[in-house]
Parts: sequence; structure tokens; C-alpha cells
Amino acid sequence: MMKEVLSMDHVSFSYQSEEGVTEKAIDDISFAVQQGEWIAIVGHNGSGKSTLAKLMIGLLFPDEGEVNVFIQKLSEANLWAIRSRMGFVFQNPDNQFVGSTVQDDVAFALENNGVPFTDMVTRVHESLAQVNMSNFHDHEPHHLSGGQKQRVAIAGALALKPELLLMDEATSMLDPQGRDEVIRVVEELKTKTGLTVISITHDLEEALLADRIVVMNKGKLLTTGTPTQIFARGDELEAIGLDLPFAMKVSRLLRESGMELFGEHMTEEELVNGLWTSHFSK
Amino acid sequence: MLEKMIFGRYIPGTSFVHKLDPRSKLSFVFLFIIAVFLANNAVTYGILLGFTLLVIFSSRIRIYFLINGLKPIIFLIAFTFLMHIFFTKEGAIIVDWKFIKIYEEGLRQGIFISLRFLVLVLMTSILTLTTSPISITDGMEDLLNPFKRFKLPVHELALMMSISLRFIPTLMDETDKILKAQLARGSDISTGSIKQRIRAVIPLLVPLFVSAFKRAEDLAIAMEVRGYRGGEGRTRYRQLKWHWRDTVALALLGVLVAALVLLRG
Amino acid sequence: MDISLQQVGYSYGRNTPFEKRALQGVDGTIKTGSYTAIIGHTGSGKSTLLMHLNGLLKPSEGIVQIGDTQITAGTKAKELKAVRRHVGIVFQFPEHQLFEETVEKDIMFGPMNFGVSKEESRKRAHELIELLGLPPDTAQKSPFDLSGGQMRRVAIAGVLAFKPSVLVLDEPTAGLDPRGRKEIMELFSRLHAEENLTTVLVTHSMEDAARYADNIIVMHNGHSVMAGTPQNIFGDEETLASFGLGVPRSVKLQRVVEKMIGRPLPVLALTEEDLATALARAASEEGDANA
Repeated sequence: MMKEVLSMDHVSFSYQSEEGVTEKAIDDISFAVQQGEWIAIVGHNGSGKSTLAKLMIGLLFPDEGEVNVFIQKLSEANLWAIRSRMGFVFQNPDNQFVGSTVQDDVAFALENNGVPFTDMVTRVHESLAQVNMSNFHDHEPHHLSGGQKQRVAIAGALALKPELLLMDEATSMLDPQGRDEVIRVVEELKTKTGLTVISITHDLEEALLADRIVVMNKGKLLTTGTPTQIFARGDELEAIGLDLPFAMKVSRLLRESGMELFGEHMTEEELVNGLWTSHFSK
Repeated sequence: MLEKMIFGRYIPGTSFVHKLDPRSKLSFVFLFIIAVFLANNAVTYGILLGFTLLVIFSSRIRIYFLINGLKPIIFLIAFTFLMHIFFTKEGAIIVDWKFIKIYEEGLRQGIFISLRFLVLVLMTSILTLTTSPISITDGMEDLLNPFKRFKLPVHELALMMSISLRFIPTLMDETDKILKAQLARGSDISTGSIKQRIRAVIPLLVPLFVSAFKRAEDLAIAMEVRGYRGGEGRTRYRQLKWHWRDTVALALLGVLVAALVLLRG
Repeated sequence: MDISLQQVGYSYGRNTPFEKRALQGVDGTIKTGSYTAIIGHTGSGKSTLLMHLNGLLKPSEGIVQIGDTQITAGTKAKELKAVRRHVGIVFQFPEHQLFEETVEKDIMFGPMNFGVSKEESRKRAHELIELLGLPPDTAQKSPFDLSGGQMRRVAIAGVLAFKPSVLVLDEPTAGLDPRGRKEIMELFSRLHAEENLTTVLVTHSMEDAARYADNIIVMHNGHSVMAGTPQNIFGDEETLASFGLGVPRSVKLQRVVEKMIGRPLPVLALTEEDLATALARAASEEGDANA
């Protein structure tokens, strides 16, 4: 039996601009996230995906519709209780590092939630081990790379034993190495603990790892489905400013140059296999 | 120049002094500052200096490094010394050379005041050199706890301080980056009239403020969603632990005070 | 304007207990008109090296030759300003340098510092707003009211405005979405060709280095360890790997395909377009052979 973790039910939201004119940043969005799923929400900058994140964590409340988290309508009243069951990782690695050392930062949410000292020590150690940062307990933030800081942020979220991990562009400011580190950690968590993950990103390679993708464009939900279903609509994705995964790009170029290829190729492995069966195996 | 300054810097280590609890170090330095004013003759000043050297020795900070780092302050001490020598006109004249007259009392006072200044600077430097800023904050928060009763926002002050400390290196980097970016656009801060120089700082300050506010906003959001709601009901991860060595340190200070009281003139 | 580096070394915080060496014995040449990529890991010394290219840092040892100007440890600050006029740097997240009330004024800041007249500076600002594809009414807007991508363009315009002959780019697309990244890279590529610029790109992206550069310098632990054309550098996968660097994805895929079909493809595929062309040709040859 599937258990719903988060859902958006006909949610709309507008920012009040200076001239008083309102533009809809989020326009009638509905979708649900089940326990254990990894959902990627993709869209180019300005597609409304960041606003969506703010609505999920109660930094904003919808003008219309409902945001339900853990089967409760998110409201001022239950905000703190709900947040204590979620973990967050934001975009800028520096601006979310509160503690003066790695372990202090991981403990921050625990302190806020009144976890007793002895529990804190074990949880901090466990969480740092989960993100492969065990040797960095006493490091200060300015001696860490961006990828390391983001892993500390994930550890800080994990320490609370969350039922949902929300990442808002968590890899977009990292170098390729940092980005790989963070993605590897999340993948590992997912397979080992079955954690529910919502990842907001503009990186389709990253989205490829998700169970399901929600595509946003101009505040509207363009489409949702498994990576295979989504990437079957490559042209539409390109049209709204997203970059196709590398293998797909090559496969499209090949077809453009008149080569016969069957099916879509999302990964390099699929592409190589496709090439082999259609052209080289004779 | 600034790189060589050690005032306010922390050098990690594992010496006896490093390992002391910040609370004992803070109270130690606070009481020492008061005790310094008990000294009023050669013997007591001698004891003070000896005691200070003992503390430096047990902190394993190199004297050479201390002196080198405190150069600007030593200059100030020398200046104080000279002021006393030339402007105190009491006691017997010990030097009388052309227009220079040095009185016995002036020399005495000059030496004593400089020594007082020196031990104070050395002792506070040892405190900051052997205690990380965050430990000092922890110690202060703990020591000030009783004042909560008088509505002093102790927790908030300590958090403010620890976040500022955490962001100092970040903002320093940021300043350097913006400075370099503006220099690359031909900005010039080191030449021109004062008016020009002040104007040249604007391209540095505006981006720095914009970024600091952005950081503050992000940080506030991150803290809020991570469940920060003020000091109420919060537990603490950083625990301070009082050891036998802290008792020993304060006992030693007690001995010092006793000696000063007994031997002062 | 040729730039050459001879045995350049640099340390941060010299003669303090906190001294840190960032560059050691770096050699390299950046020829006029070339598009040079500097690649390496975070901490490899790329960023420190970049600041030597217009005298923001003076080498602790060695010589940086920029056109006719020689910069050594003893060079006076005054000479450096003249060099900066010819070598513009677009820093990472350049939008962090914006400060003026209007976009127009911000773009004019650079040229006016370098002695260009107000009228001329304003004219250039408007030209650049158009060239960078910003809406014309942007000129009188506050840079802080723009979107992230637009702010980046304004900041880039602020460097282009004093018409440097060498343009140094430090991760110019960091933090942008894929479309923004592509647009910015294509823009620099176009400028490079149309304005006869010498371009230096500091990047983490092997794909960008392979696609845009004609000359590559590899940095590792403060040393310059490899230099050459993209074909040379990315053809030597083993050496690159020893510095913890990989090859572009197209080359990676090319190697997999080569293994599968049991023979090498004739050229190194630096871009996905190259790869598609090479694969299509290989497949048709295979077809001919089987026909």
C-alpha cells in the first residue's frame, strides 16, 4: 500500500509586484509524492520551481489550492511539527551553514528540536558517516569545498531522521566533482534507506536518476512521468530551455544525419547497444 | 602587515592552557586584570612578570612569535614609557644632560606602567591565541547565564557572535573578490585625493552589502526551516566540561593574588 | 597581445605562519587571437593564475609578460593599471560586482575609469546592451531588479565596455541553467571571432574546453602540467587521469564504441556533433563492407 508523503492540490500562487499587478508564479499545480519515491522537479530558471519549493516548506502559502505534507494541510499551526519531519538542502552551500564547525552545523536542527545531548552525539556521528564526512568533524566551513559543504547540509538534514528530503538546486553552484559527490550520496541514501527525495533541479542528467520527473514551465506543470516517458518528448524539453542528456543528444544528431536507430537512448549504454544491434552486429 | 598581526588570532594546540575550559580561562584573565592593579613595588611587579612568563611557557606559544606579532602594541608601550620618563618630575634627578632631566620617580613609574600594560596585553593575547573564538563565545554565554534574570538576551547575543565569527572568513573572501573585480574594471582605491578615494570605496561597499543582506536572508530561511525558534526548549551540542586543571589554574591565580596582597608596599 | 609566463610562482601570506603556496614554476604561452582553456581541479591554482594575467596579483617569483609589459615581484602598481585596460577579466558570478543605480552607469564604470569620455562610454553601454540581447529599456533600470541571467549579461558588458584585447573568463556560466550556459558560451565564441579577441577560459567543463578552445593548459597542484591542442590533451587520457581529470563525454563514448566495433575511429570526437559524424561514417562503412 502506497503512502502519500506530499501532495499539491490545484495550487496557485502570485507574487505581489511593485505596480500591484500580479503574475502567477505557480498556476494550478497538482501532483503527489509517494513514500520512497525520488521525484525530480525540473524547469529552467524562472519556471516557478523555486516558488514551488517555498510552498512545500511553508515559506509561502498558496493563494488557491492546498499543499498537504504527511497527509495534513500545511498551515501556520502545524508548520513547525511538519518541518521537524523534513530535511532541507538549499542552493548556496555557504548561506545555510550555521555552525562554526561541521559537527556543530549537523547538530543545529537537533538542538532546535530539543534532542538530548547523548543522542545528539550519536546522531551527528551517524549522519556524517552516511555522507562520507566522518573525518571532518572539527573542520570549519571556509576550509571545505562546495561539495563537502552540501554533504554536511545533507547530514544536518539526516540527523533529524526525516521522512522527506527536499533539495532545492542543491548542486547548481558546485563544480562537477562536488556535484558528483552530492548525487552519489543521495543515490546511496535512496537505495540504503528508501528515503523519499524531492529534488528541484535544472540538470536533466540528474533528473534521469529519479523515479519520476515533474516538468515545470512558466508556472505550469507541463508534464509528469517516468524519465523514459518524459525524455520521449525531447523536442518539448529542448523548446523550454532544458538540456537533453548527452546520449540523447548524440542519438538525435545521428538520426538527423540519416542514420537508422530504433527507440530512444537515454543513457550511453542504451545508445551503444542500439548502435550495435542496428549497425555493427552484422 | 595585517597578516603578521596576531592580536585576536587563534593558533590551535594541545598545551595545558589550550585544554583549559573557556570559562576558567575567561574568569582567570578577568581576575588577573584586576590583580594587576595590586602590584605597586618592584617585588610585586616581578612576581606579575614571572607569573605571566609561566603562563606563556605552559601555552607553548613561541615568545619570538608573540613579540613579533605584538610589535605595534610594543611600540605603544615604549611610547607610554617615554611619556612617563619625561613628564614626571618627582624624586631625585638621576640623569641631567643638557635639557634632558630624568627623575627617579619618572623612571620607576615608566617601568611599572609599561610592565602593567605589557602583562595585560600578553595575558589577553594568550587567551585569544589558545582559545577558539567559538569557545570564547560558549564560555561567555555560560558565564553570563545568571544575567538572564535581568532580561539580558544571553543566548541571542552568543548566537549572534558565533554567526558573525562563522561569516567573517566568508565575507573577507567576498571583499577580496569584489575588490579584485573592481580593480579589473580600472577602479583605483590607492591613489587620488581623499574625496576620490572615498568615492572609490562605493563600488566595493554596495556589492558587499547587497551580498551580505542576501546571505542574511538565506541564512534566516535556512535557520527557520531547520526549526530555530529562539533559545526556549533548545538543547546544546557544545558542552563545556570543568576539569581538575581548571581548578588548578584558578588556585594558582589565588596564590598570585595572595602573594601580591602580602608583598605589596 | 601575447601573454607568456616564465617560471611563475606565487604564495599567499608570505613570511607568516599562515603562508600557502599556490603556484610553482608555471610556464605557458597565450598567443594573440588564440582561445586558450585553463583546466584543472578546484585548488589546482587556476584562479590564482588567472589573476596574474592582468596584474591583479604580482608573481612572487618569475615573470609574467603581457604584451610589452613585464610584471615581476617588483613591478609598481601604476604600471599594472595600464595592463588592466588591455586584459579584461569576467570573474565567476560577475553579477556580484554590480553596484550602480542604473545598468547604463554600471557598464560605463569601466571605460570611464580608463579615461574614455562620458559620451563614448554611454554609447558603448547602449551598443553592448543590444549586443548581449538585453531589452533596450534595461539601460535605465537598476541592475538589482534584473533576473539572474540578465545581471550576468550586464556584468559581462561592464568588462567588454572598455574593449580589452584579451578577455579572461572564469567559469562564466556557473550557476546558469542549460539554455543560459549555452547562450553565454556562444556569445563569447562569437565575440572571439568577430572582435579578434584573445580569449582565456578557466573552466571545469572538459566539454567546453574541447568545444571552444584551440589551446589548453592543464593545472595541477599549482604546477602547469600539460599544454597543447585539445586533440593532444584529450587524446592522452592516461596522463589526464593521473591529474584526476577526465575527457569530454564525447571522447568517453567514442572509446566505448571503438571497443565495441574493434577499431579506432579516425578522429578524436571533441563534441557530440563530431561524434555523430564519425559514428555515421563508421556505420556506413560497415554497411558498405557488408553489402
